[in-house]
Amino acid sequence: MPVPTLRYSRVAIALHWLLAVALAGSFCVGLYMSELPNSPFKLRLFNWHKWAGISILALSTLRLAWRLTHRPPGDVAMSGWQRNAAHLTHRLMYGLFFAVPLAGWAYSSAAGFPVVLFGLWPLPDFVPADKALAEAIKPWHAGFAFALAGLVALHVAAALKHQFVDRDDLLARMWSAPR
Amino acid sequence: MMTTPSLGWQRPFVIAALACAAGVSPPVAAEQRLVPAQSEIAFTSRQMGVSVQGRFRIFEAQIVFDPQQPEAGRIALRVDLASAAIGTAETEAELAKPGWFDTRRYPQATFTSATVRPAGPGRFEVIGKLTLKGSSRDLVVPVALQRAGELTLASGSFPIRRLDFRIGDGDWSDPSLVADEVLVRFKLALTGVAGP
Repeated sequence: MPVPTLRYSRVAIALHWLLAVALAGSFCVGLYMSELPNSPFKLRLFNWHKWAGISILALSTLRLAWRLTHRPPGDVAMSGWQRNAAHLTHRLMYGLFFAVPLAGWAYSSAAGFPVVLFGLWPLPDFVPADKALAEAIKPWHAGFAFALAGLVALHVAAALKHQFVDRDDLLARMWSAPR
Repeated sequence: MMTTPSLGWQRPFVIAALACAAGVSPPVAAEQRLVPAQSEIAFTSRQMGVSVQGRFRIFEAQIVFDPQQPEAGRIALRVDLASAAIGTAETEAELAKPGWFDTRRYPQATFTSATVRPAGPGRFEVIGKLTLKGSSRDLVVPVALQRAGELTLASGSFPIRRLDFRIGDGDWSDPSLVADEVLVRFKLALTGVAGP
């Protein structure tokens, strides 16, 4: 019988899966919408994507605050380089949780289409409306998003390797509620 | 048989020519001139709550206006719709299409005043007709006059309803997507306007 592993807290688990779905959805919508010809549907998708991005930014702030004030479970048994790689991956992902939506927000402002959250609340522009600046920011938003997608893929692959190759029941830490 | 020179349809012209030759000109105020480089015609539309600013780069005006005799004023504006600047090149290309301005069929929007009436110190109301994309609507445009050195700035704003002019039809006509109301702002720099 494996020793029961310490689990993440209920809030951490809820934020993890909520953001997992939101990030994957926003990434796919972002990829799809940028290829569309101009249409009302495209305009809707762009706005939904922006609202999702701002929601992700707000939830990530909450998540980071929770992470810094609540001790996560200790590392499962693994080699030193794996531990370092896991920690580095998590730090980079946290950084990108902020970098991707902030670059998107800046791109929106620079492009002259500021974000109005849910069509109701205009968000401030922290960069001026400037076509050249918008073109300069755009690849950063996309680049950060692809980097995050790559790290998420690595994170998922590593978790599956732990679960099914090492058989250390890693997924349980982020799945069921703590007892 | 023509024994006496007759003045038929030429009569008014002959009289006008005689009047000019005699140095008698009718008491019409000198025409005021627009200084395009210091003038602006802009608009604000809302897309899903987002204010989108646009402006026209090319427009011209014929203005005869004396603040002392506003009722005698005549204002005619022509705006080149293909000169709209609105954020990105993609949006500008979209705006020229038949669903929006249809600039190929309707290259210009015009505004022609019918009457001008005073509305307080330095303020006037210009009543006229806006023709845009083949549709016309009567408008009351509030104008404030302001002296700026040699220039007189005539500025104001007024709302129009884009759907009155079929701007953004078909799939785009949903006002929850693009609001029906569009605010038009103008600042026309004029020379030759008599002081107050």
